[in-house]
Amino acid sequence: MNEQTVIETQELTKVYGEQIAVNSLNLQIPQGEVFGFLGPNGAGKTTTLLMLLGLSEPTSGKAWVGGFDPTREPLKVKRIVGYLPENVGFYDDLNAMENLQYISRLNGISEDVARPKIEELLKVVDLQADPKKSVGAYSRGMRQRLGIAEVLIKNPQVVFLDEPTLGLDPDGSNQMLELIRSLSKDKKITVFFSSHLLDQVQKISHRVGIMIKGSLVAVGRIEDLAKEKLGVGQKSYTMEEIYMKYFKEEQS
Amino acid sequence: MTGIITIYRKELADHFSSTRFILLFTMIMMVSLVTAYMVGTGLRDELQGVAKPTFVFLMLFTSSGKLFSLIQFIAFFGPLMGIVLGFDAINRERNARTLSKLVSQPIYRDSIINGKFLAGAMTITILLLSILLLISGLGLRLIGVVPGPEEVWRLLIYLLISIFYICFWLGISILFSVVFRSMATSALAAIAFWIFFSFFVSMGASLVADAVSPVDMKTAESHPELLIQHEQTRKILSLFSPMTLYSEATTTILDPLRKTTQSLLLMGPMERLSISRFQSPLPLTQSIYIVFPHLISLIAITMVFFAVAYIAFMRQEVRST
Repeated sequence: MNEQTVIETQELTKVYGEQIAVNSLNLQIPQGEVFGFLGPNGAGKTTTLLMLLGLSEPTSGKAWVGGFDPTREPLKVKRIVGYLPENVGFYDDLNAMENLQYISRLNGISEDVARPKIEELLKVVDLQADPKKSVGAYSRGMRQRLGIAEVLIKNPQVVFLDEPTLGLDPDGSNQMLELIRSLSKDKKITVFFSSHLLDQVQKISHRVGIMIKGSLVAVGRIEDLAKEKLGVGQKSYTMEEIYMKYFKEEQS
Repeated sequence: MTGIITIYRKELADHFSSTRFILLFTMIMMVSLVTAYMVGTGLRDELQGVAKPTFVFLMLFTSSGKLFSLIQFIAFFGPLMGIVLGFDAINRERNARTLSKLVSQPIYRDSIINGKFLAGAMTITILLLSILLLISGLGLRLIGVVPGPEEVWRLLIYLLISIFYICFWLGISILFSVVFRSMATSALAAIAFWIFFSFFVSMGASLVADAVSPVDMKTAESHPELLIQHEQTRKILSLFSPMTLYSEATTTILDPLRKTTQSLLLMGPMERLSISRFQSPLPLTQSIYIVFPHLISLIAITMVFFAVAYIAFMRQEVRST
């Protein structure tokens, strides 16, 4: 791939006390890619995201996001990166529009630019129906979609999504996946998302990385990983088979 | 800079629309009005027969009427105001999971805590100023005395001291909101702190003074310097209590006729009478000179506690889980 690399890490390591949360992570993600970051709970996925955002300082190693070092220039990274945390929270007494306005103000977007943008985004995430309803009354799917809108308001180059489909019903998670796919396709936004819902990852990712106990055990296109692990001949495979193979190898 | 202003504006709007603010405001307004009215009506009787009444306007705030004076009320309930405005500043965001979102926006992390503190301080200023103006207006109507320039100055200094005093408690409660995850814990911790500093420090100060420089009536008569030493120890220790700092500063500034040495000297009835007869008020500059250390100490402890909160917040991990 000769496209520009947007996210890169070199021997990125984070140690909490005795425990190694992330162990010498090496990654390169080109622009516009949807990268699925897999792994069991507590594998270090969220820690990696936090380090890439500059919210957590790496113990050793380096990272670059959009050409900036998140440890040294966190504000520049945060300006181009949208981050949707797991179980994102909102100001429940405000409505969707006010929540978005607050985020856009924090990003230094002027009021007259933000207004049409907010209306457009509410349409994109299908929340335009009742803009005066307070967010406290939203369903989980609606909250998650509003989270995406908050991420998009700053016109990010890179989007970090932490478990974006967790706890959504099938319809809701399909909508979410469709949305993620369109970000990469239509807007050339690089999407870096962590999940352990394997079939969903398979649906939308260009490449995946599998992280187990802090180490990246595999990275590449799903087809390539399948070839490597399941044999060339096999035509139908699921992400789950590949993942379990890696997981069992790591366990033994 | 945009970050701190945005957060400041949001917090200010939140304060003014919150139920607890309305409750607080109603309560304080009610009490102020009642005290002002009581003082206003009682003042006429008090001033009867006084040949040359001075600083009548300030008596609106200092005269205790039937129950308590306004400044006593603020000294007592001011901390509660500060605590109510700040006890959930950070941990509410953490519990609502909005903190991790906030820190991933392109703003400096300290603008979150700074913006919150400033919004709280502004709310306190507006609250106190409106109470002061309300009572002044009421006083003008009730007793019909126009405040002189010196009285206005004294009131302004009183306002300044009160703002810092309440901001100290705001800083404390923000500190607890950083340290404790649960809002109930931080509220209780702040209240415990308030009770400790309000009551136990002044109590403890006399105890420690007795222990460090013991004095009894017999030796005091032959060695007055022992008495002074004892008093100094007690005073230094009680200055650790922000409540003592505040009430000493405010009574000095608002009551120019106050006898600063009354507790130290043993006076006979004739001396007392002559002092109250021929006393002249302390000039403004002298009052300021007396309260200046108090004001500086208040600002210093406010800054210390806010700095601790600031550092604790900056060093905290922001994991959402």
